[in-house]
Amino acid sequence: MQALTNRLKEVDRRKMNFLERLYLISIFKGMMITFSHIFKKKPTIDYPEKTRPFSPVFRGLHILNRDEAGRENCTACGLCAVACPAEAITMEAAERQANEENLYREEKYAAKYEINMLRCIFCGLCEEACPKDAIYLSETVPPADYQRKQFIYKKEELLIPHPIENFEAYKKALGNRVKKETDNFKI
Amino acid sequence: MLLAIDLAFIIEKLVLIVIVVMASLVIAMYATYGERKIAAILQDRRGPNRAGPFGILQPVADGLKLFFKEEIIPDFSSKFLFILGPSMAMLTAIMTGAVIPWGNKIHFFNRDISLQIADVNVGILYVFAVVSMGVYGIMIGSWASNNKYSLMGGLRAASQIISYELAMGISLIALLMITGTLSLKEMVAQQQAGYWNIFYQPLGFLIFLICAFAECNRTPFDLAEAENELIGGYHTEYSSMKLGFYLFSEYINMFVSSVIMATLFFGGYDIPFLNEANYDQNWMALFGLIALMTKVICLIFLFMWVRWTIPRFRYDQLMNLGWRILIPLALFNMLVTGALILLKQSNWHF
Repeated sequence: MQALTNRLKEVDRRKMNFLERLYLISIFKGMMITFSHIFKKKPTIDYPEKTRPFSPVFRGLHILNRDEAGRENCTACGLCAVACPAEAITMEAAERQANEENLYREEKYAAKYEINMLRCIFCGLCEEACPKDAIYLSETVPPADYQRKQFIYKKEELLIPHPIENFEAYKKALGNRVKKETDNFKI
Repeated sequence: MLLAIDLAFIIEKLVLIVIVVMASLVIAMYATYGERKIAAILQDRRGPNRAGPFGILQPVADGLKLFFKEEIIPDFSSKFLFILGPSMAMLTAIMTGAVIPWGNKIHFFNRDISLQIADVNVGILYVFAVVSMGVYGIMIGSWASNNKYSLMGGLRAASQIISYELAMGISLIALLMITGTLSLKEMVAQQQAGYWNIFYQPLGFLIFLICAFAECNRTPFDLAEAENELIGGYHTEYSSMKLGFYLFSEYINMFVSSVIMATLFFGGYDIPFLNEANYDQNWMALFGLIALMTKVICLIFLFMWVRWTIPRFRYDQLMNLGWRILIPLALFNMLVTGALILLKQSNWHF
Protein backbone atom coordinates (compact mmCIF):
# COMPACT_ATOMS: atom_id res chain seq x y z
CA MET A 1 0.00 0.00 0.00
CA GLN A 2 1.23 3.42 -0.85
CA ALA A 3 1.72 5.72 2.08
CA LEU A 4 -0.33 8.89 2.05
CA THR A 5 2.12 10.86 4.11
CA ASN A 6 5.79 10.44 4.88
CA ARG A 7 5.06 10.20 8.60
CA LEU A 8 4.59 6.46 8.57
CA LYS A 9 6.70 4.70 11.16
CA GLU A 10 7.50 1.03 10.97
CA VAL A 11 6.70 -0.66 14.31
CA ASP A 12 9.61 -2.67 15.62
CA ARG A 13 8.19 -6.05 16.55
CA ARG A 14 11.41 -7.87 17.17
CA LYS A 15 11.62 -9.86 20.38
CA MET A 16 13.23 -7.87 23.15
CA ASN A 17 16.64 -9.04 24.20
CA PHE A 18 17.65 -9.55 27.82
CA LEU A 19 18.81 -5.99 28.43
CA GLU A 20 15.63 -4.57 26.98
CA ARG A 21 13.50 -6.95 28.99
CA LEU A 22 15.08 -5.63 32.17
CA TYR A 23 13.56 -2.23 31.27
CA LEU A 24 16.26 -0.60 33.36
CA ILE A 25 17.80 1.31 30.49
CA SER A 26 14.50 2.64 29.24
CA ILE A 27 13.45 3.51 32.77
CA PHE A 28 16.69 5.40 33.22
CA LYS A 29 16.12 7.22 29.94
CA GLY A 30 12.61 8.15 31.00
CA MET A 31 13.84 9.40 34.34
CA MET A 32 16.39 11.58 32.62
CA ILE A 33 13.62 13.10 30.54
CA THR A 34 11.54 13.94 33.60
CA PHE A 35 14.64 15.22 35.38
CA SER A 36 15.39 17.58 32.51
CA HIS A 37 11.98 19.14 33.08
CA ILE A 38 13.13 20.46 36.44
CA PHE A 39 15.15 23.08 34.62
CA LYS A 40 12.53 23.97 32.05
CA LYS A 41 10.79 27.31 32.15
CA LYS A 42 7.29 27.06 33.52
CA PRO A 43 4.60 28.55 31.33
CA THR A 44 2.29 29.27 34.28
CA ILE A 45 1.39 32.88 35.03
CA ASP A 46 0.67 33.43 38.74
CA TYR A 47 -2.73 34.83 38.03
CA PRO A 48 -3.91 37.21 40.68
CA GLU A 49 -0.43 38.70 41.08
CA LYS A 50 0.39 38.77 37.40
CA THR A 51 -2.04 39.03 34.54
CA ARG A 52 -1.61 38.28 30.90
CA PRO A 53 -1.88 41.33 28.66
CA PHE A 54 -5.14 41.47 26.77
CA SER A 55 -5.13 41.50 23.02
CA PRO A 56 -5.86 44.93 21.48
CA VAL A 57 -9.24 43.76 20.27
CA PHE A 58 -10.30 42.41 23.63
CA ARG A 59 -13.88 43.25 24.57
CA GLY A 60 -14.55 43.29 28.30
CA LEU A 61 -16.88 45.02 30.72
CA HIS A 62 -18.77 48.04 29.40
CA ILE A 63 -18.12 51.60 30.47
CA LEU A 64 -20.34 54.61 29.97
CA ASN A 65 -18.05 57.37 28.85
CA ARG A 66 -17.90 61.04 29.85
CA ASP A 67 -16.45 63.94 27.93
CA GLU A 68 -13.45 66.03 29.05
CA ALA A 69 -15.60 68.12 31.40
CA GLY A 70 -16.98 65.01 33.01
CA ARG A 71 -20.44 65.19 31.47
CA GLU A 72 -22.17 61.97 30.50
CA ASN A 73 -22.16 61.30 26.77
CA CYS A 74 -25.18 59.05 26.66
CA THR A 75 -28.40 60.56 25.33
CA ALA A 76 -30.52 57.46 25.79
CA CYS A 77 -31.21 57.18 22.09
CA GLY A 78 -31.57 53.43 22.43
CA LEU A 79 -29.47 52.49 19.41
CA CYS A 80 -27.28 50.25 21.51
CA ALA A 81 -30.32 48.44 22.87
CA VAL A 82 -31.58 47.94 19.34
CA ALA A 83 -28.22 46.75 18.12
CA CYS A 84 -27.80 44.33 21.02
CA PRO A 85 -28.36 40.77 19.73
CA ALA A 86 -28.70 39.42 23.25
CA GLU A 87 -31.16 42.11 24.33
CA ALA A 88 -29.13 42.80 27.42
CA ILE A 89 -29.48 46.56 27.51
CA THR A 90 -32.43 48.51 28.88
CA MET A 91 -32.66 52.21 29.50
CA GLU A 92 -34.99 55.00 30.44
CA ALA A 93 -34.57 58.50 29.08
CA ALA A 94 -35.10 61.75 30.93
CA GLU A 95 -34.92 65.44 30.04
CA ARG A 96 -32.06 67.51 31.34
CA GLN A 97 -33.10 70.20 33.80
CA ALA A 98 -31.76 73.76 33.73
CA ASN A 99 -29.21 73.24 36.48
CA GLU A 100 -27.83 69.95 35.14
CA GLU A 101 -25.70 71.22 32.26
CA ASN A 102 -22.54 70.16 34.08
CA LEU A 103 -23.85 66.60 34.42
CA TYR A 104 -25.14 65.72 30.97
CA ARG A 105 -23.79 66.78 27.64
CA GLU A 106 -27.06 67.02 25.76
CA GLU A 107 -30.70 67.81 26.54
CA LYS A 108 -31.66 64.18 26.91
CA TYR A 109 -29.92 61.68 29.14
CA ALA A 110 -30.29 58.15 30.44
CA ALA A 111 -31.98 58.19 33.82
CA LYS A 112 -31.67 54.46 34.03
CA TYR A 113 -29.21 52.36 32.11
CA GLU A 114 -28.84 48.65 32.81
CA ILE A 115 -26.84 45.89 31.19
CA ASN A 116 -27.48 42.31 32.14
CA MET A 117 -24.01 40.81 32.13
CA LEU A 118 -25.37 37.29 32.10
CA ARG A 119 -27.13 37.96 28.82
CA CYS A 120 -24.39 40.05 27.28
CA ILE A 121 -22.23 38.19 24.79
CA PHE A 122 -19.58 40.92 24.62
CA CYS A 123 -19.91 41.26 20.85
CA GLY A 124 -19.27 45.00 20.89
CA LEU A 125 -22.19 45.90 18.62
CA CYS A 126 -23.42 48.47 21.16
CA GLU A 127 -20.08 50.16 20.91
CA GLU A 128 -20.36 50.24 17.13
CA ALA A 129 -23.95 51.45 17.19
CA CYS A 130 -23.36 54.35 19.59
CA PRO A 131 -23.34 57.69 17.74
CA LYS A 132 -22.37 59.66 20.85
CA ASP A 133 -19.14 57.91 21.77
CA ALA A 134 -20.86 56.92 25.01
CA ILE A 135 -20.42 53.16 25.45
CA TYR A 136 -17.24 51.21 25.21
CA LEU A 137 -16.13 47.73 26.04
CA SER A 138 -13.16 48.09 28.37
CA GLU A 139 -10.28 45.78 29.24
CA THR A 140 -11.73 44.32 32.43
CA VAL A 141 -13.54 41.06 32.97
CA PRO A 142 -16.85 41.02 34.87
CA PRO A 143 -16.09 39.71 38.33
CA ALA A 144 -17.75 36.61 39.72
CA ASP A 145 -20.71 37.01 42.03
CA TYR A 146 -23.15 34.98 44.08
CA GLN A 147 -26.51 36.19 42.83
CA ARG A 148 -28.03 36.69 39.41
CA LYS A 149 -29.34 40.13 40.25
CA GLN A 150 -25.83 41.27 41.02
CA PHE A 151 -25.02 40.80 37.37
CA ILE A 152 -27.50 43.42 36.22
CA TYR A 153 -25.13 46.36 36.13
CA LYS A 154 -26.69 49.71 36.92
CA LYS A 155 -25.59 53.08 35.64
CA GLU A 156 -23.52 53.70 38.77
CA GLU A 157 -21.45 50.60 38.08
CA LEU A 158 -21.07 51.29 34.38
CA LEU A 159 -20.25 54.97 34.51
CA ILE A 160 -16.61 55.84 34.12
CA PRO A 161 -14.99 57.79 37.02
CA HIS A 162 -15.07 61.55 36.71
CA PRO A 163 -12.08 62.75 34.62
CA ILE A 164 -11.51 65.91 36.66
CA GLU A 165 -12.30 64.66 40.15
CA ASN A 166 -10.58 61.32 39.79
CA PHE A 167 -8.29 61.43 36.79
CA GLU A 168 -6.22 58.32 37.62
CA ALA A 169 -9.25 56.07 37.92
CA TYR A 170 -10.71 57.64 34.76
CA LYS A 171 -7.52 56.93 32.81
CA LYS A 172 -7.42 53.39 34.09
CA ALA A 173 -11.04 52.69 33.23
CA LEU A 174 -10.62 54.23 29.81
CA GLY A 175 -7.82 51.83 28.89
CA ASN A 176 -5.98 51.82 25.58
CA ARG A 177 -8.90 50.80 23.48
CA VAL A 178 -11.16 53.81 24.04
CA LYS A 179 -8.43 56.33 23.46
CA LYS A 180 -7.66 54.93 20.06
CA GLU A 181 -11.31 54.84 19.11
CA THR A 182 -11.96 58.42 20.22
CA ASP A 183 -9.03 59.59 18.12
CA ASN A 184 -10.61 57.93 15.12
CA PHE A 185 -13.93 59.42 16.03
CA LYS A 186 -12.56 62.92 16.20
CA ILE A 187 -10.91 62.57 12.80
CA MET B 1 18.69 2.44 93.47
CA LEU B 2 17.73 0.14 90.67
CA LEU B 3 14.45 1.98 90.29
CA ALA B 4 16.18 5.35 89.97
CA ILE B 5 18.35 4.12 87.12
CA ASP B 6 15.39 2.62 85.39
CA LEU B 7 13.40 5.85 85.72
CA ALA B 8 16.04 7.91 83.93
CA PHE B 9 16.24 5.23 81.29
CA ILE B 10 12.49 5.22 80.82
CA ILE B 11 12.33 9.01 80.55
CA GLU B 12 15.16 9.00 78.05
CA LYS B 13 13.44 6.40 75.90
CA LEU B 14 10.06 8.06 76.20
CA VAL B 15 11.46 11.37 75.03
CA LEU B 16 13.16 9.60 72.16
CA ILE B 17 9.96 7.78 71.18
CA VAL B 18 7.95 11.00 71.21
CA ILE B 19 10.57 12.75 69.11
CA VAL B 20 10.82 9.92 66.59
CA VAL B 21 7.05 9.58 66.22
CA MET B 22 6.57 13.32 65.91
CA ALA B 23 9.46 13.64 63.48
CA SER B 24 8.18 10.87 61.25
CA LEU B 25 4.70 12.43 61.27
CA VAL B 26 6.04 15.84 60.36
CA ILE B 27 8.29 14.39 57.68
CA ALA B 28 5.39 12.42 56.25
CA MET B 29 3.35 15.62 56.24
CA TYR B 30 5.98 17.45 54.32
CA ALA B 31 6.51 14.45 52.08
CA THR B 32 2.98 15.08 50.78
CA TYR B 33 3.96 18.65 50.11
CA GLY B 34 7.21 17.53 48.51
CA GLU B 35 5.36 15.03 46.37
CA ARG B 36 3.03 17.65 45.00
CA LYS B 37 5.81 20.11 44.48
CA ILE B 38 8.06 17.58 42.74
CA ALA B 39 5.19 16.34 40.61
CA ALA B 40 4.53 19.92 39.61
CA ILE B 41 8.15 20.67 38.81
CA LEU B 42 8.58 17.51 36.76
CA GLN B 43 5.45 18.42 34.81
CA ASP B 44 6.37 22.08 34.27
CA ARG B 45 3.81 23.30 36.78
CA ARG B 46 4.11 25.44 39.90
CA GLY B 47 2.55 23.19 42.51
CA PRO B 48 0.96 24.40 45.74
CA ASN B 49 2.04 27.99 46.35
CA ARG B 50 -0.97 29.68 47.93
CA ALA B 51 -0.92 28.64 51.61
CA GLY B 52 1.99 30.50 53.16
CA PRO B 53 5.25 31.31 51.39
CA PHE B 54 5.89 28.71 48.65
CA GLY B 55 2.82 26.85 49.91
CA ILE B 56 4.67 25.75 53.03
CA LEU B 57 1.44 25.59 55.02
CA GLN B 58 -0.31 23.42 52.45
CA PRO B 59 0.08 20.13 54.39
CA VAL B 60 -1.34 21.81 57.50
CA ALA B 61 -4.33 22.97 55.49
CA ASP B 62 -4.75 19.51 53.99
CA GLY B 63 -4.59 17.92 57.44
CA LEU B 64 -7.15 20.37 58.82
CA LYS B 65 -9.41 19.70 55.89
CA LEU B 66 -9.26 15.96 56.53
CA PHE B 67 -10.09 16.51 60.21
CA PHE B 68 -13.11 18.65 59.46
CA LYS B 69 -14.62 16.45 56.82
CA GLU B 70 -17.60 14.31 57.62
CA GLU B 71 -16.70 10.93 58.99
CA ILE B 72 -18.69 8.29 57.16
CA ILE B 73 -18.82 4.68 58.25
CA PRO B 74 -20.90 2.76 55.71
CA ASP B 75 -23.96 0.96 57.10
CA PHE B 76 -23.03 -2.30 55.50
CA SER B 77 -19.48 -2.32 56.77
CA SER B 78 -18.13 -4.23 59.72
CA LYS B 79 -17.61 -1.26 61.99
CA PHE B 80 -14.92 -2.51 64.34
CA LEU B 81 -12.73 -3.75 61.52
CA PHE B 82 -13.47 -0.65 59.49
CA ILE B 83 -11.86 1.45 62.20
CA LEU B 84 -9.16 -1.10 62.92
CA GLY B 85 -7.89 -1.01 59.34
CA PRO B 86 -6.48 2.52 59.17
CA SER B 87 -5.39 2.37 62.82
CA MET B 88 -3.30 -0.66 62.07
CA ALA B 89 -1.84 0.82 58.93
CA MET B 90 -0.77 3.87 60.91
CA LEU B 91 0.45 1.89 63.91
CA THR B 92 2.68 -0.40 61.91
CA ALA B 93 3.99 2.51 59.88
CA ILE B 94 5.09 4.32 63.02
CA MET B 95 6.36 1.21 64.81
CA THR B 96 9.14 0.62 62.31
CA GLY B 97 11.02 3.67 63.52
CA ALA B 98 11.85 1.91 66.78
CA VAL B 99 14.92 0.01 65.64
CA ILE B 100 16.42 2.57 63.32
CA PRO B 101 19.66 4.12 64.55
CA TRP B 102 19.18 7.85 64.03
CA GLY B 103 22.67 8.64 65.14
CA ASN B 104 25.46 7.53 67.39
CA LYS B 105 25.44 8.12 71.14
CA ILE B 106 25.11 11.61 72.49
CA HIS B 107 26.44 12.70 75.87
CA PHE B 108 23.97 14.59 78.07
CA PHE B 109 23.64 14.91 81.87
CA ASN B 110 26.59 12.53 82.32
CA ARG B 111 24.77 9.85 80.42
CA ASP B 112 25.49 8.28 77.08
CA ILE B 113 22.17 8.36 75.28
CA SER B 114 21.84 6.15 72.26
CA LEU B 115 19.87 7.73 69.43
CA GLN B 116 18.03 4.52 68.81
CA ILE B 117 14.89 3.53 70.62
CA ALA B 118 15.78 -0.16 70.81
CA ASP B 119 18.97 -1.75 69.58
CA VAL B 120 17.36 -5.11 68.94
CA ASN B 121 19.84 -7.67 67.73
CA VAL B 122 17.35 -8.87 65.13
CA GLY B 123 16.56 -5.30 64.08
CA ILE B 124 16.11 -5.93 60.40
CA LEU B 125 13.87 -8.93 61.06
CA TYR B 126 11.74 -6.74 63.30
CA VAL B 127 11.41 -4.22 60.49
CA PHE B 128 10.36 -6.96 58.11
CA ALA B 129 7.83 -8.32 60.55
CA VAL B 130 6.26 -4.93 61.19
CA VAL B 131 6.21 -3.92 57.53
CA SER B 132 4.47 -7.18 56.66
CA MET B 133 1.92 -6.41 59.36
CA GLY B 134 1.19 -3.17 57.54
CA VAL B 135 -0.62 -5.02 54.80
CA TYR B 136 -3.10 -6.29 57.38
CA GLY B 137 -4.26 -2.73 57.85
CA ILE B 138 -5.01 -2.50 54.16
CA MET B 139 -6.56 -5.96 53.98
CA ILE B 140 -8.74 -5.55 57.05
CA GLY B 141 -9.88 -2.11 55.98
CA SER B 142 -10.67 -3.21 52.46
CA TRP B 143 -12.53 -6.29 53.58
CA ALA B 144 -14.51 -4.40 56.21
CA SER B 145 -15.63 -1.83 53.64
CA ASN B 146 -17.79 -4.52 52.04
CA ASN B 147 -17.16 -3.04 48.62
CA LYS B 148 -15.90 -4.97 45.64
CA TYR B 149 -13.44 -2.30 44.58
CA SER B 150 -11.99 -2.10 48.06
CA LEU B 151 -11.71 -5.85 48.25
CA MET B 152 -9.97 -6.00 44.90
CA GLY B 153 -7.53 -3.36 46.07
CA GLY B 154 -6.89 -5.19 49.30
CA LEU B 155 -6.32 -8.49 47.50
CA ARG B 156 -3.92 -6.87 45.12
CA ALA B 157 -2.01 -5.24 47.95
CA ALA B 158 -1.76 -8.54 49.81
CA SER B 159 -0.61 -10.62 46.85
CA GLN B 160 1.81 -7.92 45.79
CA ILE B 161 3.41 -7.70 49.20
CA ILE B 162 3.70 -11.47 49.49
CA SER B 163 5.36 -11.69 46.08
CA TYR B 164 7.82 -8.90 46.64
CA GLU B 165 8.65 -9.69 50.23
CA LEU B 166 10.29 -12.90 49.02
CA ALA B 167 12.64 -11.16 46.64
CA MET B 168 13.32 -8.49 49.22
CA GLY B 169 14.16 -11.07 51.86
CA ILE B 170 16.47 -12.99 49.57
CA SER B 171 18.26 -9.85 48.44
CA LEU B 172 18.73 -9.01 52.08
CA ILE B 173 20.15 -12.43 52.90
CA ALA B 174 23.05 -11.70 50.60
CA LEU B 175 23.66 -8.50 52.50
CA LEU B 176 23.42 -10.27 55.84
CA MET B 177 25.98 -12.83 54.72
CA ILE B 178 28.44 -10.00 54.21
CA THR B 179 27.70 -8.10 57.40
CA GLY B 180 27.11 -11.15 59.58
CA THR B 181 24.71 -9.24 61.81
CA LEU B 182 21.03 -8.38 61.96
CA SER B 183 21.45 -5.34 64.19
CA LEU B 184 21.09 -2.12 62.25
CA LYS B 185 23.44 -0.28 64.58
CA GLU B 186 26.23 -2.76 63.99
CA MET B 187 25.68 -2.58 60.25
CA VAL B 188 26.19 1.17 60.38
CA ALA B 189 29.28 0.72 62.52
CA GLN B 190 30.71 -1.69 59.95
CA GLN B 191 30.02 0.72 57.13
CA GLN B 192 31.62 3.54 59.09
CA ALA B 193 34.78 1.48 59.37
CA GLY B 194 34.77 0.13 55.83
CA TYR B 195 32.93 0.90 52.65
CA TRP B 196 29.19 1.37 52.21
CA ASN B 197 27.28 -1.81 51.47
CA ILE B 198 26.06 -0.45 48.14
CA PHE B 199 29.57 -1.16 46.78
CA TYR B 200 29.37 -4.79 47.84
CA GLN B 201 25.75 -5.30 46.92
CA PRO B 202 24.74 -3.15 43.94
CA LEU B 203 22.40 -5.77 42.54
CA GLY B 204 21.04 -6.48 45.99
CA PHE B 205 20.31 -2.79 46.42
CA LEU B 206 18.52 -2.61 43.10
CA ILE B 207 16.29 -5.55 44.00
CA PHE B 208 15.71 -4.15 47.45
CA LEU B 209 14.80 -0.78 45.98
CA ILE B 210 12.30 -2.24 43.53
CA CYS B 211 10.75 -4.34 46.26
CA ALA B 212 10.59 -1.32 48.55
CA PHE B 213 8.60 0.51 45.89
CA ALA B 214 6.22 -2.42 45.77
CA GLU B 215 5.97 -2.69 49.56
CA CYS B 216 5.10 0.97 49.87
CA ASN B 217 2.41 0.62 47.19
CA ARG B 218 4.08 3.35 45.21
CA THR B 219 3.86 3.82 41.47
CA PRO B 220 4.74 1.80 39.33
CA PHE B 221 3.34 -0.76 41.79
CA ASP B 222 0.32 1.14 43.09
CA LEU B 223 -2.17 -1.40 41.82
CA ALA B 224 -3.86 -1.51 45.19
CA GLU B 225 -5.25 1.97 44.64
CA ALA B 226 -5.33 2.13 40.86
CA GLU B 227 -7.77 4.99 40.45
CA ASN B 228 -8.84 4.25 36.93
CA GLU B 229 -9.73 0.64 37.61
CA LEU B 230 -10.64 0.49 41.28
CA ILE B 231 -11.86 4.01 42.08
CA GLY B 232 -9.77 4.46 45.23
CA GLY B 233 -8.77 0.85 45.74
CA TYR B 234 -8.73 -0.23 49.36
CA HIS B 235 -9.71 3.20 50.67
CA THR B 236 -12.72 3.76 48.42
CA GLU B 237 -15.15 3.81 51.34
CA TYR B 238 -12.99 5.83 53.66
CA SER B 239 -13.38 9.50 54.40
CA SER B 240 -12.09 12.09 56.80
CA MET B 241 -9.08 11.30 58.96
CA LYS B 242 -9.41 7.55 58.46
CA LEU B 243 -8.60 8.14 54.83
CA GLY B 244 -5.94 10.55 56.04
CA PHE B 245 -4.39 7.76 58.11
CA TYR B 246 -4.14 5.50 55.08
CA LEU B 247 -2.57 8.19 52.94
CA PHE B 248 -0.35 9.26 55.76
CA SER B 249 0.85 5.78 56.55
CA GLU B 250 1.90 5.43 52.92
CA TYR B 251 4.15 8.44 53.30
CA ILE B 252 5.50 7.27 56.64
CA ASN B 253 6.22 3.89 55.05
CA MET B 254 8.06 5.63 52.28
CA PHE B 255 10.08 7.61 54.79
CA VAL B 256 10.85 4.54 56.87
CA SER B 257 11.89 2.44 53.89
CA SER B 258 14.12 5.28 52.74
CA VAL B 259 15.72 5.32 56.18
CA ILE B 260 16.15 1.55 56.09
CA MET B 261 17.75 1.70 52.66
CA ALA B 262 20.02 4.52 53.75
CA THR B 263 21.00 2.51 56.81
CA LEU B 264 21.52 -0.79 55.05
CA PHE B 265 23.22 0.37 51.89
CA PHE B 266 24.40 3.96 52.33
CA GLY B 267 26.03 3.85 55.72
CA GLY B 268 23.17 5.27 57.79
CA TYR B 269 24.43 8.22 59.80
CA ASP B 270 27.95 7.77 58.46
CA ILE B 271 29.46 10.94 57.03
CA PRO B 272 31.61 9.95 54.04
CA PHE B 273 35.36 10.69 54.08
CA LEU B 274 35.32 11.62 57.76
CA ASN B 275 36.51 9.74 60.80
CA GLU B 276 33.83 10.48 63.36
CA ALA B 277 35.92 9.30 66.32
CA ASN B 278 38.25 12.32 66.04
CA TYR B 279 35.58 14.91 66.79
CA ASP B 280 33.18 15.87 69.55
CA GLN B 281 30.58 13.20 70.15
CA ASN B 282 27.46 15.39 70.33
CA TRP B 283 28.33 17.41 67.26
CA MET B 284 29.07 14.27 65.32
CA ALA B 285 25.71 12.83 66.33
CA LEU B 286 24.04 15.96 65.02
CA PHE B 287 25.97 15.96 61.77
CA GLY B 288 25.40 12.23 61.45
CA LEU B 289 21.68 12.83 61.75
CA ILE B 290 21.92 15.51 59.08
CA ALA B 291 23.88 13.12 56.84
CA LEU B 292 21.25 10.43 57.36
CA MET B 293 18.45 12.86 56.59
CA THR B 294 20.21 14.04 53.44
CA LYS B 295 20.46 10.46 52.22
CA VAL B 296 16.83 9.87 53.16
CA ILE B 297 15.65 12.97 51.32
CA CYS B 298 17.57 11.90 48.23
CA LEU B 299 15.91 8.49 48.39
CA ILE B 300 12.46 10.01 48.93
CA PHE B 301 13.11 12.19 45.92
CA LEU B 302 13.97 9.04 43.99
CA PHE B 303 10.65 7.52 45.08
CA MET B 304 8.76 10.55 43.80
CA TRP B 305 10.86 10.93 40.70
CA VAL B 306 10.08 7.35 39.71
CA ARG B 307 6.42 7.87 40.52
CA TRP B 308 6.11 10.75 38.09
CA THR B 309 8.10 8.99 35.38
CA ILE B 310 6.94 5.42 35.12
CA PRO B 311 3.36 4.40 34.44
CA ARG B 312 1.67 1.71 36.48
CA PHE B 313 2.35 -1.94 35.73
CA ARG B 314 -0.37 -4.23 34.55
CA TYR B 315 -1.23 -6.89 37.08
CA ASP B 316 0.31 -9.80 35.18
CA GLN B 317 3.42 -7.73 34.50
CA LEU B 318 3.72 -7.08 38.20
CA MET B 319 3.52 -10.75 39.04
CA ASN B 320 5.91 -11.66 36.23
CA LEU B 321 8.45 -9.17 37.46
CA GLY B 322 8.14 -10.34 41.03
CA TRP B 323 8.21 -14.09 40.58
CA ARG B 324 10.06 -14.65 37.34
CA ILE B 325 12.67 -11.91 37.32
CA LEU B 326 13.30 -10.53 40.78
CA ILE B 327 13.32 -13.77 42.74
CA PRO B 328 15.71 -15.60 40.37
CA LEU B 329 17.85 -12.49 40.26
CA ALA B 330 17.91 -12.28 44.04
CA LEU B 331 18.78 -15.97 44.29
CA PHE B 332 21.56 -15.48 41.77
CA ASN B 333 22.84 -12.54 43.75
CA MET B 334 22.77 -14.60 46.92
CA LEU B 335 24.66 -17.50 45.35
CA VAL B 336 27.33 -15.25 43.87
CA THR B 337 27.78 -13.47 47.17
CA GLY B 338 28.02 -16.77 49.00
CA ALA B 339 30.55 -18.11 46.53
CA LEU B 340 32.71 -14.99 46.81
CA ILE B 341 32.61 -15.13 50.60
CA LEU B 342 33.66 -18.77 50.51
CA LEU B 343 36.49 -17.99 48.13
CA LYS B 344 37.67 -15.19 50.34
CA GLN B 345 37.52 -17.36 53.46
CA SER B 346 39.61 -20.03 51.84
CA ASN B 347 42.21 -17.33 51.12
CA TRP B 348 41.89 -17.62 47.42
CA HIS B 349 43.05 -14.28 46.12
CA PHE B 350 42.19 -13.17 42.64
